[in-house]
Amino acid sequence: MYQYNDTDQTLINERVAQFKNQTERFLKGEIAEDHYRSLRLMNGIYIQTHAPMLRIAVPYGLLSSVQLRKLAHIARTYDKGYCHVTTRQNIQFNWPELAQTPDILAELATVQMHAIQTSGNCMRNTTSDPLAGVCIDEIADPRAYCEIIRQWTSFHPEFAYLPRKFKIAVTGATHDRAATKFHDIGLHLVKNHSGECGFIVYVGGGLGRTPVIGQVIKPFLEPKHLLSYLEAILRIYNLFGRRDNKYKARIKILVREEGLENFTQLVEAEWATIKDGTELSQDRINAIQAHFKPPAYETLSSQNNGYSDQLQNDVAFAKWVKYNTADHKVSGYRAVYLSLKAPEVPPGDLTDGQLDAIADLAEAYSFGEVRTTHRQNLIFADIKLTDLFTVWQKLTALNLATPNIGTATDIICCPGLDFCSLANAGSIGITKEINAALDDMDYVHDLGDIKINFSGCMNGCAHQSVGNIGILGVDKKGVEWYQLTLGGSSENDAAIGERLGPAIAKQEITAAILDILDVYVKERLNSDEHFLTTVKRIGLDPFVEQVYATH
Amino acid sequence: MQLIKDQKIIDDPQQFIADDQPLPSQGNITVSLARWQKDRTQLLKTAGKLGVRLEPTDATATIADDLSKLALVEVNFPLYTDGRAFSHARHLRHHYRFQGEIRAVGQFMADQVFYLSRVGVNSFQLADTEKLPIALSTLKDFSSSYQ
Ligand code: SF4
Repeated sequence: MYQYNDTDQTLINERVAQFKNQTERFLKGEIAEDHYRSLRLMNGIYIQTHAPMLRIAVPYGLLSSVQLRKLAHIARTYDKGYCHVTTRQNIQFNWPELAQTPDILAELATVQMHAIQTSGNCMRNTTSDPLAGVCIDEIADPRAYCEIIRQWTSFHPEFAYLPRKFKIAVTGATHDRAATKFHDIGLHLVKNHSGECGFIVYVGGGLGRTPVIGQVIKPFLEPKHLLSYLEAILRIYNLFGRRDNKYKARIKILVREEGLENFTQLVEAEWATIKDGTELSQDRINAIQAHFKPPAYETLSSQNNGYSDQLQNDVAFAKWVKYNTADHKVSGYRAVYLSLKAPEVPPGDLTDGQLDAIADLAEAYSFGEVRTTHRQNLIFADIKLTDLFTVWQKLTALNLATPNIGTATDIICCPGLDFCSLANAGSIGITKEINAALDDMDYVHDLGDIKINFSGCMNGCAHQSVGNIGILGVDKKGVEWYQLTLGGSSENDAAIGERLGPAIAKQEITAAILDILDVYVKERLNSDEHFLTTVKRIGLDPFVEQVYATH
Repeated sequence: MQLIKDQKIIDDPQQFIADDQPLPSQGNITVSLARWQKDRTQLLKTAGKLGVRLEPTDATATIADDLSKLALVEVNFPLYTDGRAFSHARHLRHHYRFQGEIRAVGQFMADQVFYLSRVGVNSFQLADTEKLPIALSTLKDFSSSYQ
């Protein structure tokens, strides 16, 4: 993974010093509350229901074992012993003291980490495919470009006070695991007919109150023009994005109000004035790519007798392999998901003890690296087949091996009423309730691939509008209610879920989810027909009938 | 009034003439873009250095042809969160290659001057002049950059 050079380290250290000074001045009353707010947001610090929340950037989801141990230390020393993985692959702490945040940032800087631009109306952490570099459907490895974008977006002087936040996601695989069409800018690495790499550039996607699927603004962008094209889009957005209404300030609204054609013209005209002379050199691209060379893989056979025996003799192991591991492009290896969705555990949470143990496992079995995923789980990217059984046992002991990746209990869930001051309704409690109701793992496996996303309010941090089943907390005269949507997807078949009907009361929401799953089981053509396909084929009516007949 | 120019705190040699005030025939004066467009001929006869103030909604292109006649362009912040001034400054410096003074005015923060300096702003008129020393010191916050 990318290693800082002296310039990177100096910049991060200077940022720590800058924010320490700003916080001291604020605590002395020399910076106004509202000015300090924007400064702390750009250093990842929100004030929420109970305490400040610190969001740490995990650039495109890559973490080293050293960084994991530092996160464990921070969880222990400055927090209540745990942290939370977000849908944008970042890590959040929910209980730090404001006055201590500069110290936490100083600790992070010692392991090449920071919280820069993880909130605020600026360019946020770039996200990517958590299987980058190892998946079998990869066209080109996106990580070097992610790093180039990370550097360019960090401390960008012109785009720190945008109309609203701005998110970029990059993928290089045929299967979109990074929800790129729901980002302000989504980049797909592709090859043209002469075999050269380039990007399809999507613009104006987004979730939240007004979910919009991104549109293609550039069908093929040469990598050397990547940064100038991003700059042109950002400049047009900075100049013309709406600033009169925060709910209309994202770039998706500008694209919609201008129309894609006009918007594209504005961007292209701006780009024409800056593209020459600012190209990324091939040397620079190569230098960054060198940081992402494949690790020292062993030459292994894709067949292994011991492993085959283990699969055959241990049903639980075989299930885990089926659900929680993915094919690897190097023979003799698989990628392993660590499920952060065990029943009874708040989705996406990790304790300090787990973090330390994961660091040890990463060093022993996966080249010392871990990745965070958009669906709030972790990945060991490079596990040998011969190590899988041991890794499974160790993960089981850590409660990180629930075989539910991609299933109905792998729920994306925001912090909701328990932690978030904006929430209308609780999410963690209901998620536990759904989990408890789905305690029959065979039933969950029979349901197959179903993505349930659950947000505690319209801000949609858990992307409920693109969940196959979306659950949205709404407030009705101080009482928690839930709005359901069906048919959303953040993947290649990007779609926004359709509203099922009126909101459902808290005590009935779990039963309603079970009803939906039942209808699916009854209606599907066979066990290979995915939930999403069934919903598309039969429409909402059968679901509506069942859910609203009984509740 | 004092301000920072080229990393020094100095007395402002320039005077902003509000749209409802009469134009003096001499002196270093700055006017709004609307005033500039309305009274351009008269302003060009002024004995002194001329400046134009751009609001966030103004386009830099409207003064592109006049830049050689201007010693100063101001970019105004009605609110510190309104980042359009950053792109205006950048356009003026990089696209139009304006060599004169680019000044940030209005409700920006001392803690924004570093980024402003990086997009080409070289003078800073803070609403609260007590913050000038802090603003000056923040110009040294970072020793290098990615862009
Ligand atoms: S969706 Fe709403 S409740 Fe959930 S974290 Fe986001 S803002 Fe908070």
